[in-house]
Amino acid sequence: MSVMHLSEHEREELETREQRALGFWLYLMGDAVIFALLFATYAIMIPGTAGGPTGKQLFNLNNAALETALLLVSSLTFGFASLSVQAGNRKAVLGWLGVTFVLGAGFIFLELREFAGLIAQGAGPDRSGFLSAFFTLVGTHGVHVSMGLLWIVILGAQVAVKGLTAPVASRLFRLGLFWHFLDIAWVGIFSIVYLPGLL
Amino acid sequence: MFGKLTIEALPLYSAIAAGGAAVTVGGALLVAIVLTWLKAWKYLWTDWLTSVDHKRIGVMYIVLALIMLLRGFVDAIMMRAQQATALDAGGYLPPEHFDQIFSSHGTIMIFFMAMPFMTGLINLIMPLQIGTRDVAFPWLNAVSLWLSAAGAGLVMVSLVIGKFSTAGWTGYPPYSGIDYNPGVGVDYWIWAILISGVGSTMSGINFIVTILKRRAPGMTLMRMTPFTWTALCASVLMAFAFPAITVACGLLALDRLFGMHFFTNAHGGNMMNYANLFWIWGHPEVYILILPAFGIFSEVVATFSKKRLFGYESLVYATAAIAILSFTVWLHHFFTMGSSANVNAFFGVTTMVIAVPTGVKVFNWLLTMYRGRIDFHPSMMWSIGFMVTFVIGGMTGVLLAIPPADFLMHNTTFLVAHFHNMIIPGVLFGYLAGYMFWFPKAFGFELNRGWGLASFWCWLIGFYLAFMPLYLLGLKGMPRRMETYNDPTWQPYLMVAAAGAVVVLFGIASMVMQLYVSIRDRRLTADRTGDPFDGRTLEWSTSSPPPPYNFAVIPTVSDREPFLVAKKDGTAYQRPASYTPISIPSNTPAGVVLGIFAFVLGFAIIWHIWWLVAVSAIVMFTTVITRSSDDHAEFTLSAGEVKRIEDERFRELGRRA
Repeated sequence: MSVMHLSEHEREELETREQRALGFWLYLMGDAVIFALLFATYAIMIPGTAGGPTGKQLFNLNNAALETALLLVSSLTFGFASLSVQAGNRKAVLGWLGVTFVLGAGFIFLELREFAGLIAQGAGPDRSGFLSAFFTLVGTHGVHVSMGLLWIVILGAQVAVKGLTAPVASRLFRLGLFWHFLDIAWVGIFSIVYLPGLL
Repeated sequence: MFGKLTIEALPLYSAIAAGGAAVTVGGALLVAIVLTWLKAWKYLWTDWLTSVDHKRIGVMYIVLALIMLLRGFVDAIMMRAQQATALDAGGYLPPEHFDQIFSSHGTIMIFFMAMPFMTGLINLIMPLQIGTRDVAFPWLNAVSLWLSAAGAGLVMVSLVIGKFSTAGWTGYPPYSGIDYNPGVGVDYWIWAILISGVGSTMSGINFIVTILKRRAPGMTLMRMTPFTWTALCASVLMAFAFPAITVACGLLALDRLFGMHFFTNAHGGNMMNYANLFWIWGHPEVYILILPAFGIFSEVVATFSKKRLFGYESLVYATAAIAILSFTVWLHHFFTMGSSANVNAFFGVTTMVIAVPTGVKVFNWLLTMYRGRIDFHPSMMWSIGFMVTFVIGGMTGVLLAIPPADFLMHNTTFLVAHFHNMIIPGVLFGYLAGYMFWFPKAFGFELNRGWGLASFWCWLIGFYLAFMPLYLLGLKGMPRRMETYNDPTWQPYLMVAAAGAVVVLFGIASMVMQLYVSIRDRRLTADRTGDPFDGRTLEWSTSSPPPPYNFAVIPTVSDREPFLVAKKDGTAYQRPASYTPISIPSNTPAGVVLGIFAFVLGFAIIWHIWWLVAVSAIVMFTTVITRSSDDHAEFTLSAGEVKRIEDERFRELGRRA
């Protein structure tokens, strides 16, 4: 369907959606700057353990691998939700959003458990510069995932109440961008924090 | 219940601090009384505070900027008075108070004067110049405004409750850390910047999308006005540089709140990382402020020289080059930190390189004026004063770009003179030129020329008197931010500088007079055509002030100066055969509510009132969720209503003819 055949109203709606998508991409790029600086800060603070524990002593690759699996699969299930939006299948959208939510919540649970374990053994964020940087980088990602979970709930409610209207579909598209972006950030965390910390 | 907040927080520790608090509270009360007396609260709320119209948001930004300019200037003249009399522990300010004043002066002038002024001018004019009806995200625009206002509010409140930071406008750790600064001052600084910084990031995104996606048909990128181009480049910098200060201040806040060790002396902290993070934002920020001013100068010089801008393409490319290079020079703010000679040399060279595109622009403006028919309107005078003065500042900048020379002048008043020499003529003169140029567009009457010229001359002369002596003092070795000193040969220079501040005061008084006289005489100087200066670009084709929808029919553009061409062809001011309904975003209190609770949130964190933090965060979340779930945030202006407004406009034009 070319743009020429759209009615005035449809054209406006398409333009609005495009503008919002571009705006959201720009927001994600700004967010990527935040992550980039937190990564850089982490990298330079790895030696700053102040006599406290190092990554090698603290990190558990199994936990990180499980977290990675949950988050990557949740990206896949969100992809199915997006396909269902295009197919106009409301029930499937709700179902896949639900699965995504459960996987994301599982990720957050594992992360909180890891954090609690670290704090319990005296390796909290106030122990050393290294741990401050670790908790802040990983925690910032975790806060993003939690916001994503909240957003999934809100849009799930909108899908249930309003149906897959154009504005709701447009919001789901941006939520998808956000969710996949968090995956990319996590891949960075896994490869810069956990892997080198243990190898 | 109230966290760290006790009655001790009132500024009763010194008469001057208490006086400042009294003036702040009294000023706020006076405004409230006047508004009540005029019965203006409802009008203010429905027509302004809840507005999402880019023009009104622009005006509110500029009002905020002008108020904060007054506050920042009071700080400045107090510092000048202190240093002029502070030989051998003289002066009238205790060190603690003096330190708060130079910290708040810099913070206010950059974040709460220059930033809102720039954002306001872009908001007011850019959508008109590209021929659109509003920015891409009108309510986000309102949120940005109210977050900036919330940040400014926190700085103002610190005068009355508690103290402001004493760590300078850059807040370097470890001094700004909790060990050396256990009070709330640094927290006020951090949260004012974090909250307004979010607003600036969103403004940047909003403007980029607006400029890239909402231009009138036919307006290719290379047909955009210079101001729109500079707004675009500045917005890109805003969107990608502001996250850096969010990180810098955020990590500092984590250190202070949760005992983390990002920037502490001990426990593996790395305070030099702060300097890097801060200036990764800080240097682009200089260009965020100055590029739009360059755009304004370009418009003003072309209009009042009655010539096309000379070398438009070179100006556009120079702007883009500056925007990119601005991310490659940040280390020149701390050559003395101890990087290797090669690193310093690299950043020294990039710093000198960035002067080249800036130099290109000076020739653009000079050659536009060459053989032009120059009208010495105050806006033009600001531009000329800028060109002469800015070149001096540019030369001292190239001097500072040489690392060995910088080692000698680092942290002296030479540096203070240099950056004021860039920012006062480059940024402030530009915004004031824009303010006097576009004022009739916003309000429908012109500003008085005589008082405008008086203001210009006072500012220009005052500037030279205030800052040239600081160059010399810097060369003589005077460090910046001195509350007292014991070298009597410095005092005469500081007295001249203080006299300069007094002359600037006359300049500000002239601006106030200008506003008063212009409002009084508004019927005499009414702008009935919408085009008082024989304008060249689309904003002048609308009425002054423009209708809520800006353009009844979106113009089609075929030239860089579309309105000038239309006036020559006789195609300007044409009535369309018929009008169509126009949908306009509805006003919403969501923006101002978010701003109020962002202020409360910041205040509560500063004073560790945790229940209030939770309450305000929940209110903010709910507001955002409710508003962003709303699918019908617009109303439609019927074709008949549009026709009525347009008929009125053409009657006015006909009367004039």
